[in-house]
Amino acid sequence: MATRLAEGGLLIDRSQPMSFTFNRDTLSGFDGDTLASALLANGRTLVGRSFKYHRPRGIVASGAEEPNALMGLGEGGRFEPNQRATTTELYSGLVATSQNHWPSLERDVGALNAWVADKVPLLSAGFYYKTFLFPRIAWKHVYEPFIRRAAGLGKAPTEADPDTYEHYHDHVDVLVVGGGVAGLRAAREASEAGKSVLVVDQSRVFGGRTLVDDDGLNGDQGIDYVAAKIWAMKGAEYLASGGSQAVADMMPKTDGAGPVRLMTRTMCSGVYDHGYALLYQRVSDHRPGQPGAPRHRLWRVRAKEIVMATGAIERPMTFANNDLPGVMLASAVRDYIRLWGVLPGKKAVVFANNDDAYRTALALDDVGAKVVVADVRTNVDGALPQQVRDRGIDVLASHGVVKATGKKAVEHAELAPLDRPDRIREVGCDVLAVSGGWSPVVHLWSHCGGKLSWDADRALFHPDPSRPPTGADGQAMVRAVGAANGDLTLDAIVSASGTPAEAPMQPHWFTPAPGKYNHGTKHFVDFQNDVTAADVRLAAREGYESVEHTKRYTTLGMATDQGKTSNINGLALLAEALDAEIPDVGTTTFRPPYTPISMGAISGSAKGPLFKAVRQSPMHAWSDENGADWEPVGDWYRAYCYRRTGEDRHTAVTREVLNARQKVGMLDASTLGKIVVKGPDAGKFLNLLYTNMMSNLKVGRCRYGLMCDENGFLFDDGVVVRTGEDEFLCHTTSGGADRVHAHMEEWLQTEWWDLKVWTANVTDQWAQIAVAGPHARKVLEAAGADVPLDPGTVKFMDYIDGTLAGCPARIFRISFSGELSYEIATPAGHGLQLWQALLAAGQDYGVMPYGTEALHIMRAEKGFIMIGDETDGTVIPQDLDLGWAVSKKKTDFIGKRAQQRSDLTRRGRKQLVGLLTENPQDVLPDGAHAVRRVFEEIEMETIGHVTSTYFSPTLGHSIAMGLVNDGLERRGEWLDFPVDGGVMKAQIVDPVFYDPKGEKQNV
Amino acid sequence: MSDTATTQAPESPEAPAIETYIGIENAGPRGQITLRADLSCAQVAAAVSNAAGLAVPEKLAVTHDGDSRAVWMSPDELLLILPAGQAPGAIAKLQAELADHHHMALDVSDARSIFRLTGPAVGEVLAKGAPCDVSDHGCPPGTARRTHLAGLAIGLWRLGPQDWEIVCFRSYAPHLLTWLQVSAAPGAQL
Repeated sequence: MATRLAEGGLLIDRSQPMSFTFNRDTLSGFDGDTLASALLANGRTLVGRSFKYHRPRGIVASGAEEPNALMGLGEGGRFEPNQRATTTELYSGLVATSQNHWPSLERDVGALNAWVADKVPLLSAGFYYKTFLFPRIAWKHVYEPFIRRAAGLGKAPTEADPDTYEHYHDHVDVLVVGGGVAGLRAAREASEAGKSVLVVDQSRVFGGRTLVDDDGLNGDQGIDYVAAKIWAMKGAEYLASGGSQAVADMMPKTDGAGPVRLMTRTMCSGVYDHGYALLYQRVSDHRPGQPGAPRHRLWRVRAKEIVMATGAIERPMTFANNDLPGVMLASAVRDYIRLWGVLPGKKAVVFANNDDAYRTALALDDVGAKVVVADVRTNVDGALPQQVRDRGIDVLASHGVVKATGKKAVEHAELAPLDRPDRIREVGCDVLAVSGGWSPVVHLWSHCGGKLSWDADRALFHPDPSRPPTGADGQAMVRAVGAANGDLTLDAIVSASGTPAEAPMQPHWFTPAPGKYNHGTKHFVDFQNDVTAADVRLAAREGYESVEHTKRYTTLGMATDQGKTSNINGLALLAEALDAEIPDVGTTTFRPPYTPISMGAISGSAKGPLFKAVRQSPMHAWSDENGADWEPVGDWYRAYCYRRTGEDRHTAVTREVLNARQKVGMLDASTLGKIVVKGPDAGKFLNLLYTNMMSNLKVGRCRYGLMCDENGFLFDDGVVVRTGEDEFLCHTTSGGADRVHAHMEEWLQTEWWDLKVWTANVTDQWAQIAVAGPHARKVLEAAGADVPLDPGTVKFMDYIDGTLAGCPARIFRISFSGELSYEIATPAGHGLQLWQALLAAGQDYGVMPYGTEALHIMRAEKGFIMIGDETDGTVIPQDLDLGWAVSKKKTDFIGKRAQQRSDLTRRGRKQLVGLLTENPQDVLPDGAHAVRRVFEEIEMETIGHVTSTYFSPTLGHSIAMGLVNDGLERRGEWLDFPVDGGVMKAQIVDPVFYDPKGEKQNV
Repeated sequence: MSDTATTQAPESPEAPAIETYIGIENAGPRGQITLRADLSCAQVAAAVSNAAGLAVPEKLAVTHDGDSRAVWMSPDELLLILPAGQAPGAIAKLQAELADHHHMALDVSDARSIFRLTGPAVGEVLAKGAPCDVSDHGCPPGTARRTHLAGLAIGLWRLGPQDWEIVCFRSYAPHLLTWLQVSAAPGAQL
C-alpha cells in the first residue's frame, strides 16, 4: 500500500495542504506534489484502464515518460484529456478523472476485451488490417463500430477554451536543454566564454537526477562544483524558485560573462533547421487563475548552438503481468521517496540488470521498507550491490521476476532462476521496482537529422558525434552532453563525483515465464497501446523485418508517449525474433514534439478577434453602423450589402441593384489595389507586364488591362491610369495588390534590373468611392467639384485631378457596372468625409450605398469577368473572348510565348459563354456542371461549368456565365445541368445581358 | 510595469481605455514620404538632408530629429516621416533636387499608421510577435527593421532605450492595436 512518509520529501511543503478530486473523491496532498505523488500518497495505485484490454494500470514513472497515468483534467472549457499525472503539478481545486473505463474505474465492462482476447486473437498485432480480410459485411457491422468505439484515448473537450496563450521569439548564442549537472556545467562554460545562454528544464526544478542520487555526498573532498552546489541547495527555496536563484548564483560573475536566463517548466519540443527550437513553457498550469497570465507560452528560439542535456529514461523489464499497478521504474520509486516523501509500497521487490537500481533498494531500506532484489546478472559484485548486501538485504543473482500476480495491484512477485522459470519462489510485495537499463533521450539530436550509434555493451543508442545535425555552415548545431550523450553516471560527466563506481549492466529483453505465459501475451512492452512481446513476435513471424513497419503493424510506440519506455525494448524483441542485431533492425524516427503540447500554445494569441488580420477601409465604421453585412475579401472586410430594418440579404441586394440602375448608388471601392509605377521606362515595363499595350496610353486616360503569369494564365486585371509622362497608376483586384506588387518587384529585381522603374504599393493611401447610376454626374456636381465634369471635358475612360466636396480628389470616369460611373480617390484621411458628403449631395437623387453582391450582379449583367470566378489559374484571356486585350504587335509580354503552346491554342478549350435557363426563374447553382448526356450514374462526361450565376433584378430573370468546351462556337445550343432534384436546361447566349452596346456608361 | 497608457483605435475615437504594461499611443497624422532612389548616391543624401533635415540612415537604421525620421526600408527605399502637412513641401524639394536623377517621391501620409510604444518592456512585447531580434543586443536605439507582427507586415524602429515606433498599413491599424493591447495586458509579463 502506497502511503505518505512521516517526514522527508525535498519538493513538498507540508505546511501547505491542498485538496483535489480524483473521480469525484476529495483527496489531499501538499504544495509541491505532482498529481501522481499525491495519488500515491492517498494509496491510489489504480489510476486508469489500458487502451485495448482495459487492464488495471498504475503509475509507472515519475516524469514525462509516464505511459499509464493519463488523466482528464479540469472541467468545461478547461477540460483536457490525456494529461500525465506525473508532470501535472498539484493545486488546490484540481479536478482529475481517469480514462478508458465504464461504468467505473474499479468495475469496468471493457475488461471483457481482455477475456475475449485470451480466447481469440481479436486485438493482436495487425488486428486492424486483418479485419479487412473478412467479408465486407463484417467490417461494416462488426469491426468498424468496435474500432471506432475503441479508437482514441480520452475524450475531446466540447467547449471553447477560455484561457490565453502566446508566443515569444528569442535569440541566444547557446540554448541548453536540461538543467541537470551536465546542462548546468555547459551553461557555465558558455557564459564564461561570453555567450548569451538560455537554460530550460521541463520539470519545476533544476538539478535533474543529481537531486535524488546524491550518494557522491559521501565521497571524497573536492567533488564537482555544480554537483556539490545542487546537493547543497536542496531545501525550501526549491519550492519558491525551482532552484533558479541557486542556479543563477552558480553562474560566472566575471566581467564579460554572458547573460544566463533560466526557465523551469519549459520543455524543448523540437529542434529544426538552422538552430531553430520550439520551447513549451507551462506558465500558469500549476497556479491557474493568475490574472492576465497566459496558460502556456510557446518560445520560438533561434540559437547558434543547442546543448542537449536531456538525460536518459529508464527502461521497464519485460515479464509476465509486468503491467500490474505497483510495477514501477526503479528510479521513480526512489524519486517518490526522496522528492515527495511518498512510499510506493512497504514490501518491495527490485528487479534489475544494472547497479544503478540498487540505489532504489537503499532508498527503500532507508525508510523501512522490506526489500528483495532479483538481478539477471550472474556476477553481482559492484559497490552498490555490496552496500545493499551489507544491510542484510537478499540479492538473488541470475534471477528474474518470471511473473507478477495480483488483481488490481501487484500482490506477489514470482522469482525464479532465469534458466529454471518453473522453480518459483513467491515473494509478497506491493511495489515492484524494475530497471532494464537506461536509454539516452536523443530526440532533439534526431529531430533535425543527427544519427545514432548502438553501444552493444551498455545496450543503448547514443548520438554519433561524427554525424550530427548540421547548421547552415555545415557544422554541428546540436551538442549532446551527460546522460543524453550516453554518459549515464555522474562519474562519466564530472571528474570527481564521489559516487560509487558501477559494474557493467547486462542487456535483458524477455524474462522467461512459466507455462503459457512464456508466449509473452502478458509481457507488456508498450503500456499505452497495449502491445505485448507476443505481438512483436507475431509481427516478425508474419514477415515484418523493419522496425518502421512493425511499429505501424503493432502500434508499438505510436501512442501519446511515442514509445519513450517501449522503443528500445520493442526493437530488441524484434531483433531477437528475427535473429538480427539491434542496429540492423533500425530505429524509428523521432519527430517533434518531444511530449505533447497544447493546441492553444500552437495558435498563441491568434484566436477570437486576433484569429486573422483584418483590413478596414476608412468607411468601415460607418458601414458597420449602417447595416453592413460583412464578407471577407482577401484580408479586407467588405459590405456584401447594406441591410435596412426588416430586410434579408436578397431583398437588400435587389434594392441596391435597382437603385443603382435607375437612380444612383455608391460603393466603397477603397479595397481596390493601387500601385504606382514611375520612371523613364515605366511604359516599357507595363508593356511587358500587361498583355495589352500601355506605353501608348495618353496622360489623363484610363485603360483596362490583363496580367498573365509566365504560363500564360490570367491572374489579375484592372484599370491602368496614366497620371504623368513617366508615371502610371495600376489598379489591381481587391486582395491582389500585394501579389501583383511582389510580381512587379520580382521581375524588376531579377530579370529587368536594367529598366529605370520604381514601384510603390499605395493601396492604403487612397479611399476610393464608386458613384454609379444615371444621376452620378449630378451627385458629383451637387457635392461641389472644382473641375468641369461635363461629358465633353471628362469622357468615358478619362481621369482628372480636382477637389470634390472640399476633399482632394482623383476622378476616374470608369465603370464596372455599365452605368454612368465615376470612381473618386481621396487620401484615406478624407475618405469618410467625402463618403458622407456624396451621400448628402445625392439625397435628392435617391443615392444609396451598395455592397459587393450588387457590384457582382451588375458586372455579370454586363458580362464583365471576375478574377477568381471566371478564372481559376488555368484560363487564358483568349478563353474569355478577351483576345482584343492581347496585343499582337508587342514583341513580348509575360505569358506571350506560353499562349502559343499547342495546349493553349487547341480546339476544345473551355470558353466563356452566357447562359439563360429554360425557366427564367431557375437560378443555376454556382459550379454546376454541364454534361454531354445525362445518365443515372454519377459518372457523366462534363463539358463545362457555371462560373457566375445570379438572379438579375434588372432583367427579371436569372443570368449565368460559364466555361464550356468550344463555347464561343456553340451559341444557341442547349446544355443539360444535372442538379439536385433533376436537370436544368440552359441555352448558350452572349454573356453581355444588359446594354450590349454600352450606351449607358457613355453619356 | 509602471507605464500604462490610454489608447485609441485610429478609426474609432471613442474606443475605451485599455490598461497595458507598456505605453501604446497612435502617433496621429504625420507627413510621410516613400522615397525610392539609390541611397548610396551623394545627390540623394543631399536632397534628403535638404528636404527632411536628416542624414540618410545606414542599413537597418533610423535617423531622427524631433518629429522627423528617415527610416531605412531597403537599399533603394526610405520612409521619411515629418510633422503633419509637411510632406508636399518636402516632396517638391526632393523632386527639384533630383530632377535629373531617377527617383520616386510619393506622399503616403495617409497610407500608414504609426504607433508610439514606450516603457522598459516594449522589446518584450514586440518579441511576442516579431521574429527578428528586438533585444537590447539585437536592436539598440537607432535600429530599424521591417518584419512582421500580429500576422501582418510592419516596420519598427527604436529611438531610445524606452522609446519605439512601429508602423503598419493604415487598414491593419485596428488589428495591430488589438494585438498590442492583448500582448501587453497586465499579468502577461514574462
